[in-house]
Amino acid sequence: MKAPFNEVISGFVSLLTGMGITLGQLFRPIVTVQYPHQTLTMPKRFRGHILLKKEPTTGKSTCVACDLCVKACPSDCILVEGEKKPGEKRKSVTLFELDYTKCSLCGACVEVCPVDALEYSRAYNLASTSKQEYKVMDLVKRLEDSKHP
Amino acid sequence: MLKVLDTSHSTGPQETFVLNLGPQHPATHGVLRVKLTMDGEFITNAEIVCGYIHREHEKMGENRKWDQFLPNTSRIDYLSAMMYTHAYVAVVEKAAGIQVPRRAEYVRVLTSEMNRITSHLLWWGAFLIDLGGLTPMLYAFDDREMVLDLLEALTGARLTFCYYRFGGLCDDVTDDFLTGTRKFVKHFRPRLKIFRRLVTDNIIVRKRLEDLGHVPAEMCRKYGATGPMIRGAGVAYDVRRAEPYSVYPELEFDIPTQPAGDNMARYLVRMAEMEQSLRIIEQTLDKMPDGPFMAKVPRILRPPAGDYVFAVESARGRFEVRVVSSGKEIPHRVRLRSPCFCNLSVFEEACRGMLLADALALMGSIDLVIPDIDR
Repeated sequence: MKAPFNEVISGFVSLLTGMGITLGQLFRPIVTVQYPHQTLTMPKRFRGHILLKKEPTTGKSTCVACDLCVKACPSDCILVEGEKKPGEKRKSVTLFELDYTKCSLCGACVEVCPVDALEYSRAYNLASTSKQEYKVMDLVKRLEDSKHP
Repeated sequence: MLKVLDTSHSTGPQETFVLNLGPQHPATHGVLRVKLTMDGEFITNAEIVCGYIHREHEKMGENRKWDQFLPNTSRIDYLSAMMYTHAYVAVVEKAAGIQVPRRAEYVRVLTSEMNRITSHLLWWGAFLIDLGGLTPMLYAFDDREMVLDLLEALTGARLTFCYYRFGGLCDDVTDDFLTGTRKFVKHFRPRLKIFRRLVTDNIIVRKRLEDLGHVPAEMCRKYGATGPMIRGAGVAYDVRRAEPYSVYPELEFDIPTQPAGDNMARYLVRMAEMEQSLRIIEQTLDKMPDGPFMAKVPRILRPPAGDYVFAVESARGRFEVRVVSSGKEIPHRVRLRSPCFCNLSVFEEACRGMLLADALALMGSIDLVIPDIDR
């Protein structure tokens, strides 16, 4: 006779404790962000897809088309072509294509680059109606189109 | 001769039927299928069908260079990505004879333990959803976000960190990260007390977990179940102590065990492990040595021919990597021993005779990560 009665009491205590904690939580600051009206800034080291860096003095990429990133890539998603222009010591990049559908964002290409020509993008809101847009990302064109230094 | 099932003579209790749990079932947290032979509400037999998310990680390791397998390591068990990467880098370091700087080792232990906390918090939330309580998940994710934000600022990713490299780390820890971690430790201890009052002491949780889903130590040994499974059966087996690696021997921590072997025991072990992880994090923060975070490593790695094994304690148990090198740029064999596969195999025997709803609680308490089972 006593056991069920005890159970009711302990159940009621459990319920009140839970509700008390929930009530306390009500007065704590809000931890969520009202996306998409508010967004968080991505940290400096955030690994988005790669981009060619812009050299501030020339406005061009420092990439020398050495193919090290192509060899380092575990997913085989980079294609680089370059040519040696007359009067220049090293090759310069003419084509840099990223197949973002295969990229696993490991950063092997950024780390291996001898001239530090690659950087991570902070973009995380990526969406498109066509797969082709990510299948072939022309990074040289992106670099030329980008306004900011 | 074709045998036709004659139902006219069958009496109720002898009739069984097959119930498919999964492959798309919320309680299995992924694509796992369990064929349950049911006698009414009771399970008489269970057959696990796995392989729905098999991705050939082992084979992938064998057809690319040593360092190109690194991103894969965070995708096997995506909830303990740090520990898995640790096992792989450590086995290659062992093979190639690379000495890791002490600072890197401390950072590895620190980030691994933070990863363990996020993993246990996710399990806690998801497990309680399985049991029918939605609120605790929000509490768990509130705190988990804090750790993930810290790790994201440090490594650049929230889940597939890929932070360790052969010989060290890909980047040094920042002061912001260290102060942020200290703040988190301070914040999280009282939160664990709240969790205890909100959930652990709750009578509904106790009724659903206590004395149900017995997995005794012998059964764990039979199937090779490790981690909180065997510690919840009263055996203090932890790879961090049994086969000490990295700087764990220099750190003070206990191995929480519970003798009961039921769902509640495994629950309590994990909750206690989070406290121990906090202890380890505090010690690594205090002892963090200065110095380089990366050793000198040749650009093209060719470990001498041989057979190398390294095990770590992941959030779910013993994770072991075995690599066979033939002295080339590409490994000859990569073998991954994942804890979830062994932990899951206990389920078939342990769930016999249980009610279906209780078996789901047992499955939740095993803490499965399906990609880790299938690899």
